[in-house]
Amino acid sequence: MTEMAQVTETAATAEAQNSAPPIQVKTLRKSFGEQKVLDGIDFEVEAGQTLSVLGQSGTGKSVLLKIIIGLQKADSGSVLIHSQEITGLSSEHLNEIRKKIGFLFQNSALYDSLTVEENVAFPLERHSKMPEAEREKRVRELLSTVGMEKDLEKLPAQISGGMQKRVGLARALALSPDILLFDEPTAGLDPITASEIDDLIRKLQQERKITSIVVTHDLPSARAVSDRLALMRNGRILAQGTFEELQESKDDFVVQFLNRTR
Amino acid sequence: MVRFFEWFGELGSFSFQLLRSVFLPPYEGGEFAHQLDELGAKSLPLVALAGAAMGVVLSLETHDSLVRFGAKSLLPALLVVSIIKESGPIITGLIVSGRVAAGVGAELGAMKVTEQIDAMEASAVNPYKYLAGTRIVACILMFPLLTLVADFCGILFGWLTNSLTEHISLRLFIENGFKNVTFNDFLPPTFKTAVFGLIIGMIACFQGMRAHGGTEGVERAATNSVVVASLFIILADVLLVRLIQVFFP
Repeated sequence: MTEMAQVTETAATAEAQNSAPPIQVKTLRKSFGEQKVLDGIDFEVEAGQTLSVLGQSGTGKSVLLKIIIGLQKADSGSVLIHSQEITGLSSEHLNEIRKKIGFLFQNSALYDSLTVEENVAFPLERHSKMPEAEREKRVRELLSTVGMEKDLEKLPAQISGGMQKRVGLARALALSPDILLFDEPTAGLDPITASEIDDLIRKLQQERKITSIVVTHDLPSARAVSDRLALMRNGRILAQGTFEELQESKDDFVVQFLNRTR
Repeated sequence: MVRFFEWFGELGSFSFQLLRSVFLPPYEGGEFAHQLDELGAKSLPLVALAGAAMGVVLSLETHDSLVRFGAKSLLPALLVVSIIKESGPIITGLIVSGRVAAGVGAELGAMKVTEQIDAMEASAVNPYKYLAGTRIVACILMFPLLTLVADFCGILFGWLTNSLTEHISLRLFIENGFKNVTFNDFLPPTFKTAVFGLIIGMIACFQGMRAHGGTEGVERAATNSVVVASLFIILADVLLVRLIQVFFP
């Protein structure tokens, strides 16, 4: 191959990578023993868009997120992040991908022996070469974004569930990710706090153009934060589209799910 | 039986992950210093107390026996040799195993079941290096030092106890006690406790990081850490005593 042809091919590959959706999941399967949790999941999330994955409890929604960030291994199938296959990557390469992804855990998963400020600083201390003063400023900015700038010295046990979610979100944003994964962001919160978290997620998406997946069974929350919805059942995506498109579905389960949780 | 082999398989995989990560930069200096304090310095009072109790008991028991055989002048030597060669290291190993293995097993177990370890991995931080590596290396370094403390307190309180029945100066007691002690009597048994540290750190981190099943899982991780670590320490001691006899006669 000539040098010119090589350059053209490299440029074409780079262009394809830029235009490809940042998250692509193809025929993903995962079982625990005899129990099939994911049975051929397919979807894509376009840049800057938010997909909410809905479904009953125990349908493998959280497992799906954990496979996308490499915390669990899929039995088969493919997960592409910015066109890079992540299943089968070594932990060193996977860590490079993880730096571009923020993850908000269901119970926030804040480090309980560290203060609010230390929790948010934790990824920055390890992955950025910022001087300490600049790092402190960045942590305060992040906490200010989520409305938690007054509780820097508190331990996670000293703040409410909603506040823990906010701190978890600030920590997820610490490395300026271009992808955010939310695992039940409003679970266990009262409707007002849940609505505040939804507003916060929406605000961040609009300001930062972050591509997101939200796993939830809270339909009002999913409607508030998503561009598209995907409904899971028996390890598969039963239906996906905008809320309006799903409303037109004739499938009994989709109708029942939307009516029950509305 | 299958579970038994599975356990060893998982321990092997854990050790491999640990070895792959612990020697490569970046190093977690801050967390390592914190663990030196947490696992080592904070075990000092416990070790000193256990060492003192060991000295008192050994002094009381051997004094009566030696008097019966008319060999009470041998008490300092017997006390010193028995403490530095075996009692000090094994008491330190078992006492600190109770404190450290239970603490680390419960701490990492709680972090595992509340997804804090997953959160660490999701932040591209290697938990084998940050959580396990720092604790295990701290245990390896601190155990010989803690053993020295136990030895010192044991000999000191052994002398004090002996002094209650018949006066002997500390200087004379130490001179008589260490008269025939060589480096081979002192260094290998003290440094073998680094192996105890390795065992305790490895088992506790391993049990903690594989915990599952909520509060019960944490309790199981803590209990198993202490039981398995103590058992392995006793087994390792048998092997190490024999090896020391062969290589440091």
